[in-house]
Amino acid sequence: MDHRPQAWGRPRDDIYGAYDGSYLQTSGPKQSTQAPVVTGTSVVALKFKDGVVIAADNLASYGSLARFTNVKRLRVFLDSSVVGFGGDVSDMQYLDRHLNELAIDESYETTPSADHPSPGGTLNAANLHKYLQKLMYKRRNDFDPLWNQILVAGLDSGSKPFLASVDLRGTAFSSPSLASGFGAALAQPIMRKYAATEEDAARLSRDEAVQVVKECMKVLYYRDARSMDKYSIAVVTKDGVELKEDEQLEKQSWAFAERIRGYGTQTV
Amino acid sequence: MTSIGTGYDLANSIFSPDGRNFQVEYAVKAVENGGTSIGIRCKDGVVLAVEKVVASKLLKQGANKRIATVDRHLGVVYSGMVPDGRHFVDRSRDEARAWRDTFKTPIPTADLASRMGGYMQAYTLYQSVRPFGITAIVGGFDSELELPVDGEVGSGPAVGAGGKTAGKKHGGPFLYMIEPSGLYWGYYGAAAGKGRQVAKAELEKLDLGGSGELSLEQAVKEAARIIYLSHDDVKDKKFELEMSWISGADGPTKGKHQEVPKALREEAEKEAERLAKKAVEGDDDDDDDDDEDDDKKDGDKMEE
Repeated sequence: MDHRPQAWGRPRDDIYGAYDGSYLQTSGPKQSTQAPVVTGTSVVALKFKDGVVIAADNLASYGSLARFTNVKRLRVFLDSSVVGFGGDVSDMQYLDRHLNELAIDESYETTPSADHPSPGGTLNAANLHKYLQKLMYKRRNDFDPLWNQILVAGLDSGSKPFLASVDLRGTAFSSPSLASGFGAALAQPIMRKYAATEEDAARLSRDEAVQVVKECMKVLYYRDARSMDKYSIAVVTKDGVELKEDEQLEKQSWAFAERIRGYGTQTV
Repeated sequence: MTSIGTGYDLANSIFSPDGRNFQVEYAVKAVENGGTSIGIRCKDGVVLAVEKVVASKLLKQGANKRIATVDRHLGVVYSGMVPDGRHFVDRSRDEARAWRDTFKTPIPTADLASRMGGYMQAYTLYQSVRPFGITAIVGGFDSELELPVDGEVGSGPAVGAGGKTAGKKHGGPFLYMIEPSGLYWGYYGAAAGKGRQVAKAELEKLDLGGSGELSLEQAVKEAARIIYLSHDDVKDKKFELEMSWISGADGPTKGKHQEVPKALREEAEKEAERLAKKAVEGDDDDDDDDDEDDDKKDGDKMEE
């Protein structure tokens, strides 16, 4: 089989003949903003009794090249929410700066103090998610999408754990557990074993949730060729955000790899 | 002022023959009628405080804040015409944002003071505008830590300094006062408005300069005391005390400009009220009963 990326998703030359590209336009509008270049892979997140755990590895890939290995893809917003970015890293930087401006705007209106670290006037995770959804949908309608899938973790206006996703099309949804990118296929089934419903998630302890998410990160590292064993993990509760940005995957076992058949160039 | 009536006080952009700009001097007069505001720079932070004159009983208590946040680490308070102050704050925020857009890093307090000083000075140059009727006090804490660039994703090179010299102290608390002429200086303690004379005299007694040892929490209490002391109960209407503070990353506000917590403010206010009352009583019946008392500050006051 032809494994070259150029052949992905194309009719096979050996069956259908060479691809006729003559009718394709060779000139046109600048399209450099319409495909991701340097990308981050999955973000996984899981709700528990009194908060949310969210994790993403520290890799930014340039195609299949592991280009940057110390990239922080979890961003804290107003000390009370965490935004996890998958997809294009430069679009993530744009959004991060934009959210930074938003956070400064917030401090104009309500000068926070130790009395009310996040007073009623301050944007919570639910507000932030709604805002990002509008932003992403607007950009999609401008045919200039921000090439990201974003998970927002934090608390809603009732101080309940909040977790939701928005992607480059502005599609938004929420669930007790969420994973973007490859994680949607590889991590979600694992998390759903522990928290299929909101009720299940509300029974999970913090330690259990962290354990499950770490397990997911490990499975993703085994299976996802654009991932890395160094990752960031954050726990959001009403006491704030605990973010660790230099975690190492522990207790890896590659014994299973021996038994994998059907990939790559092996002939057996 | 012999030059009054000669016409030189009508135009902003014209000097009088003896080298004065009368419009600027009149603007200073406008400031002298405003509620007292002060700033204290101490060893681990900055405190801003203002005597907010309550113009009407119909105004909600604690609403209509007079101290503004310009960037996370910057606060501004002003005495004089409130609308002018509001515009000053708007412009300061624009400057802070523009700095972030260009340099991807928070604006140093000194640079904000410089830009706003220049902005106010421009309003003394043209016939079409009048000077600002405010004196603004700008307080900030420039981070002493190695800050990430805004939006940065990696950690940058592990070796090689980012413009910082090893062993040299970077960042720290800063305080500037900008006058209607556009003049600005850096201060250890600054005061503007009605009660500035009393306030300045009190600020001079504090241990602020050089290796001043006053702590941030003490400074909050001193600020409250000074505002209460400089307030004239007989002449003036009621007032509210508004205070904010900025500490370093390891202090109580974690490098941010924040309102002083209610509990601390009320504690400081209670003590300030007591001391102010005592100072007034002391004026009447001389310091016979104050002598055995331990209060040194009242004693200082008597000597004046």
